[in-house]
This record gives sequence, structure tokens and C-alpha cells, in this order.
Amino acid sequence: MENFTPVASLIGGILIGLSASAMLVFNGKIAGISGIVGGLVSLRRSDTLWRVAFVAGLVTGGFILRLLAPQAFDFGIVRSGGALVLAGFMVGLGARVGNGCTSGHGVCGISRFSVRSIVATIIFILAGAAGVYFVNHLLGGVI
Amino acid sequence: MKSTLVAFISGVVFALGLGIGGMTQPAKVIGFLDFTGNWDPSLAFVMLGAIGVHSLFYRMLRNRSSSRFSLAISLPSRTEIDSRLIGGSVIFGLGWGIAGYCPGPALTSLASGNSSAVIFSVAMIAGIFAFDFRRVLSARQLRAEHFNGEITPDM
Repeated sequence: MENFTPVASLIGGILIGLSASAMLVFNGKIAGISGIVGGLVSLRRSDTLWRVAFVAGLVTGGFILRLLAPQAFDFGIVRSGGALVLAGFMVGLGARVGNGCTSGHGVCGISRFSVRSIVATIIFILAGAAGVYFVNHLLGGVI
Repeated sequence: MKSTLVAFISGVVFALGLGIGGMTQPAKVIGFLDFTGNWDPSLAFVMLGAIGVHSLFYRMLRNRSSSRFSLAISLPSRTEIDSRLIGGSVIFGLGWGIAGYCPGPALTSLASGNSSAVIFSVAMIAGIFAFDFRRVLSARQLRAEHFNGEITPDM
């Protein structure tokens, strides 16, 4: 547990909670990233403007981090191009099939005490642990 | 216009929260999911902070019929635990465990210029598009689901 950062992580979480709350209180929208992007790339687009603005904000925030705290982007692991493509595709598809990701289910849904979101979050954390066990402990961290 | 500005600022704050919280470091995410190895519980504190704040605001909003900007509040209404929820979450979780990115951190990390983040994000958007493309192909089923109120596009 030498990399344990409870204070920074709690502060980061509070910022995420404030962001999701602003989206809900002012705009009436759920800050679920996969759903926001899904509404953009879908062939049946809806509410394009606020979705573009939110994603542009995410990337802008990324540039601020890059300037002020570039260590926030330490990748820390090595993954082959094939593994990244496979994992990325699974994350995008799985989030849409399951109606949400870490933000939509894990933060917004659990905050509403949605049973669906609690179940989804438990399942994707367990599946994530299975993925990590497979890569780190069966493949020796190389994929 | 106001709502677009709120969406942009929310995106910025969300990204800063992800970065400060450690979510944009795949090794840290994998450390959180590595229960049988060198476990790093930090990301549980991200969830704790986010859920703690958001659940309070949600309680304040619960009895309102519209947002502060008089926009409709769109919340998912589905309650059933079905195979789609379970299967999708399994696929999502496995991908998350393999590369250590979920959608928000991947998009935020595009700004880093890291080629791994770019490759992951392009594949992720392809995965999202694949799902919606399939649904457009089955437009009849889509209309039926709309009619039954089963679609919750905002999550």
C-alpha cells in the first residue's frame, strides 16, 4: 500500500461529485461519460451541444493537468497496441450494453441508491479484478 | 447558453477530479483492482468523496420537477436487473482491468498526448459506436422499446 493517497483521492472524488451535481442541479442531466459520448456518436443524436461542451471541458481539464501536474498522466504499465484496442473496445461496448460506466453507475447511480447501479458497480469491480488477476498473476503483467 | 457553459465547466472540474484523485493513472487503477496483489485502496476514496457529495445534492433536488435552469430532469426509471446490465458490466469491467482506463479518464488523458491513451480512446469510441449502430439496424425493436419506455439514453 505504498502508493496509498487517501487525501488526494478524496479531494478528487469531491470535485467529481460537485461536477456531477452541477450537471444535475442546473441542467437536469446525469454526468455519465459513456452515455454523454454515446449520445454524440449515435446515429440518432440528441442534445449535441451540451454533450460536446462537457467532453470539450474534460479535454480542457486534461490540458490544465498536463500543465500543472503532468504526473497525473503517469501510465505506469506497459500494454501492447492490441491489448489497448481490445480493452478500449470492451470498455466502450460494455458501458453502452450495461447502460453506464464508473461515472453513470458508480457515482451518479449509487448516489440515487439505484439498485441497478449498485449491482452494475459490484459486477464491474469484480470483473475488473478478474481482468487484473488474469493479466498480472497469470500472464505476469505482459499483454 | 448557460447550460452549455455549465456543461463545459463541469467537464473541466470532472477532469481535474479524475486527475487529482488518481483515476488517470492506469497503474493506480489496476492497483485498486488488484485485491490479491499489492492492493491500493485509494480509488475507494474517490468514490466515497463523489458519492458523498452527489447524494447530498440529489436529496436536495429530489422533490423538484425541473432543474435550476427550468430544464427537464432526466433520470433513468428502469429497475430490473437483466442480462444486459450484467453482461455489459462484465465486458466493461474486464476491459477496465486489462488497460486501467474507464471512459472519463481515457478522454481526459487525450490531452496528455500519450499514444496508449489515444489508441484506447479511439477503440473505446468505436465500441460505443458499434453498440449504437447495431441498435439503429434494429430500428423496429428500437421503436418498440421507445414505446415501452425502456430506453434511458442519459446513462
